[in-house]
Amino acid sequence: MSEAAHHEEHPTGISRWLFTTNHKDIGTLYLWFAFIMAVIGGLMSLVIRSELWAPGLQMVDPHFFNQMTTVHALIMIFGFVMPAFVGLANWQIPMMIGAPDMALPRMNNWSFWILPFAGSLLLLSFLAPGGGPSAGWTIYPPLSVQGGAGMDFTILAIHMLGISSILGSINIIATILNMRAPGMKLMKMPLFVWSWLITAFLLIAAIPVLAGAVTMLLTDRHFGTHFFDAAGGGDPVMFQHVFWFFGHPEVYILVLPAFGVFSQIIPTFARKPLFGYTSMVFATATIAFLSFIVWAHHMYTVGMPLSGELFFMYATMLIAVPTGVKVFNWISTMWRGAMTFETPMLWAIAGVFTFTLGGLSGLMLSITPADFQYHDTYFVVAHFHYVIVGGSVFALFGAVFYWLPKWTGNMYDETLGKWHFWLTFIGFHVTFFPQHFLGLAGMPRRIPDYALQFAEFNVISSIGAFATIAVQLIFFYLAFKAMRGGEKATDQVWEGAEGLEWTVASPAPYHTFATPPQVR
Amino acid sequence: MSMNEKKSLTGVRFTGIASRLFAALVLITFSGLAFAEYALNFQRPVTAIAQELYGLHMLIFWICVVIFVIVFAFMFYSIFKHRKDKGFKPATFHESTTVEVVWTVIPFLILVGMAVPSTATLLKMEDTRDADLTIKVTGYQWKWQYEYLDHDVNFFSNLSTPREQIENKAEKGENYLLEVDNEVVIPVDKKVKLLVTAADVLHAWWVPQLGVKKDAIPGFINAMWTKVDEPGTYRGQCAELCGKDHGYMPIVVNAVSEDEFNAWVKSKQAEQVAMAAEAGKTFTQAELMERGEKVYAQCVACHGATGAGIPNVFPAITGSPISTGPVDAHIDIVLNGKPGTAMQAFAAQLNDVDIAAVVTYERNALGNSVGDVVQPADVKARRK
Ligand code: HEC
Ligand SMILES: [Cu+2]
Repeated sequence: MSEAAHHEEHPTGISRWLFTTNHKDIGTLYLWFAFIMAVIGGLMSLVIRSELWAPGLQMVDPHFFNQMTTVHALIMIFGFVMPAFVGLANWQIPMMIGAPDMALPRMNNWSFWILPFAGSLLLLSFLAPGGGPSAGWTIYPPLSVQGGAGMDFTILAIHMLGISSILGSINIIATILNMRAPGMKLMKMPLFVWSWLITAFLLIAAIPVLAGAVTMLLTDRHFGTHFFDAAGGGDPVMFQHVFWFFGHPEVYILVLPAFGVFSQIIPTFARKPLFGYTSMVFATATIAFLSFIVWAHHMYTVGMPLSGELFFMYATMLIAVPTGVKVFNWISTMWRGAMTFETPMLWAIAGVFTFTLGGLSGLMLSITPADFQYHDTYFVVAHFHYVIVGGSVFALFGAVFYWLPKWTGNMYDETLGKWHFWLTFIGFHVTFFPQHFLGLAGMPRRIPDYALQFAEFNVISSIGAFATIAVQLIFFYLAFKAMRGGEKATDQVWEGAEGLEWTVASPAPYHTFATPPQVR
Repeated sequence: MSMNEKKSLTGVRFTGIASRLFAALVLITFSGLAFAEYALNFQRPVTAIAQELYGLHMLIFWICVVIFVIVFAFMFYSIFKHRKDKGFKPATFHESTTVEVVWTVIPFLILVGMAVPSTATLLKMEDTRDADLTIKVTGYQWKWQYEYLDHDVNFFSNLSTPREQIENKAEKGENYLLEVDNEVVIPVDKKVKLLVTAADVLHAWWVPQLGVKKDAIPGFINAMWTKVDEPGTYRGQCAELCGKDHGYMPIVVNAVSEDEFNAWVKSKQAEQVAMAAEAGKTFTQAELMERGEKVYAQCVACHGATGAGIPNVFPAITGSPISTGPVDAHIDIVLNGKPGTAMQAFAAQLNDVDIAAVVTYERNALGNSVGDVVQPADVKARRK
């Protein structure tokens, strides 16, 4: 790839970042934002785990504890995992489909720059009278109607985050559908691109529903409506239906791009093409479809009619089929490959492993009668951390190590990368595995204090949490080191890597594919 | 409290972090053998439904374990064998319709196998017909009210764990956070129907050993039922986030023989008659203050033990405009609450004597000294 020198020109200093329309710059901004949010959300989780270190109240009062659980979740979901994957999409999708940039670069700038304001608004809620939101990230009324102005800040922040996501999704869809290089047929696209295409549609369908729900909440709070107030003819359970109509697709919004990442990394290090490409695409689409008809499995205990409980149980169980297909395909890709285990591959394998454990506990949760025992306990907390951390966050680590050499032009420190992987992996399981037991034994979630029989596993979980967060210092160090220099990466970077992004120079020039490549 | 001295329900004593970790690893390794004893699994079921749930749970659990073992046996075999450093040459296959069909159909069949018993159990759980006894359960921030619809018995049930234990100033008792002042008493071997609702925000009534959990929703009534096999005390907690003291609203069910149950009903009824008789009496300030201090325990969660409240969330009582202003407004806010805020209506929760006592207490303690005395008759006059 020979790029003319003027192609590399761009403003410097702050204006480069404020006004940039370059997909790589914007991708970098998203990743930095996600990173900062992850640090803040991670510190909040330590507040939670310190309070739960022992029975009794030692660190914070219960009201503040509730604010921590609420904002930790909101930040990790909307501030960390979602923006991080949008960052990856920005960096990679144009390079993977042979496009010079995103289809709508100016909108791209805007969809990023909404985020810091939304994030600040959410954090500023702590300064409002009565503190931040404390009704859980699910902000169920009537509790969320009781809260102070922090709740209003949160609603506004959710609106802004939502607008950003919708703009980002429109851009991703427009890019994928219109900007592919000649010969890059849909069914030739890398799976990461496919996953994002489907995710973007999910976002466009789900986010407005959330926006509707929180707007109704806002008018209930301030403008005398009674959407969710039974005394005024409303229905508090309706909020839950609307919320989870968004909320269930949301969990796939968090995890489908991760599936895409696994599907890129595993063939590279197995040196063997992805097994069952077509069935992967269809499984992803099926999961996306099913995700819209299973929402009420989050609310089996609200007192639905029996027929409703049965429908949602059957539909939810069905999701196991396409999800199973994906896992089997990944393992078949590894089967009889010639594998090596560089850091990205370790993350991908650990991701598939951990996500599958979370998927199996999800299958248990889908069984309505059994869920009457599991619901709102630590079993659920364990389950969703297995899928979101084990699935999405492990995939993010894998993706960063996989593409970092392409982004920076330098190889990261492999030995340290492995150390970071193993310590995080072990720390994660020490933190969350015991939470399954806590839940089964009867510990409700979202409580700052607990009965004595839960003490042992809570200590273990807290130790795991502190260790896991502490070893992320290694990650900071690794990432900074690779940005500053190190062994030069080749254009190909990984022996088994295939795809257009590996045909451009490392580090990837500021502008790539100004003239479209010809795909086969 | 000291962690080493506390007696854990599991009967195991842990000292130090290292041995805790070690113990956990051992437990995790041998979990299959050790289940019920180490609080690794469901609490011991005491109803037929809870027993069925346990069976169902273990069934799906073992199915998941088998799936897990088979799937990851393949993966780990591959990881150990199909490595470049062992000189393995990669194959090139990348699809096979046959295997794709097989691994779509087999999981589907397994799911059908799981759905059948699940459906059967669910049908039983939701069949609330032909109950012998009905209790209406209402969740409040942060206590439960129980109304025995067939017996005219009605009471509130509050956490009884002393504040000092929660604040780590006293040794924690065996049932820390799982103990209440008034237990729900039910007869064994009778089908008890529970109608669950809430007065303010969502709550959920859950007793693991009975295998019942349903959300308590303001304005709606959910039904569930239980039939306990053996006498005993069974403990549970509110399971739906309901604000600041969500962790502090336990449930204690005491299952007793039918005779004991009838005796208990009689004594409760007698208690209620005695309380009603009191309402006509005139009390001295000292009597009211003493009683008011006890009633104020129900206000502590929000207004604080010293009356300081939580700034911007729950107002102080000390020096507050209503507690030091005209007495009628004070009685009114306690009777009717303030809609849209956490201040609930106590009219149905407390009798005239209690309200008179707590209002008198708030006006003459907690740093206030208005000096007046509120009699039950004053409260009665303001009831709507
Ligand atoms: C669940 C929390 C909660 C509990 C429990 C509670 N209150 Fe309140 N209380 C409030 C809130 C919130 C307000 C403020 C309402 C408003 O916005 O005006 C309030 C206001 C008051 C006021 C008026 C204060 C003033 O001058 O503005 C009085 C008096 C009062 N409560 C008495 C009581 C008594 C007596 C009890 C116990 C029997 C009690 N409260 C229990 C939450 C609570
Ligand atoms: Cu509650």
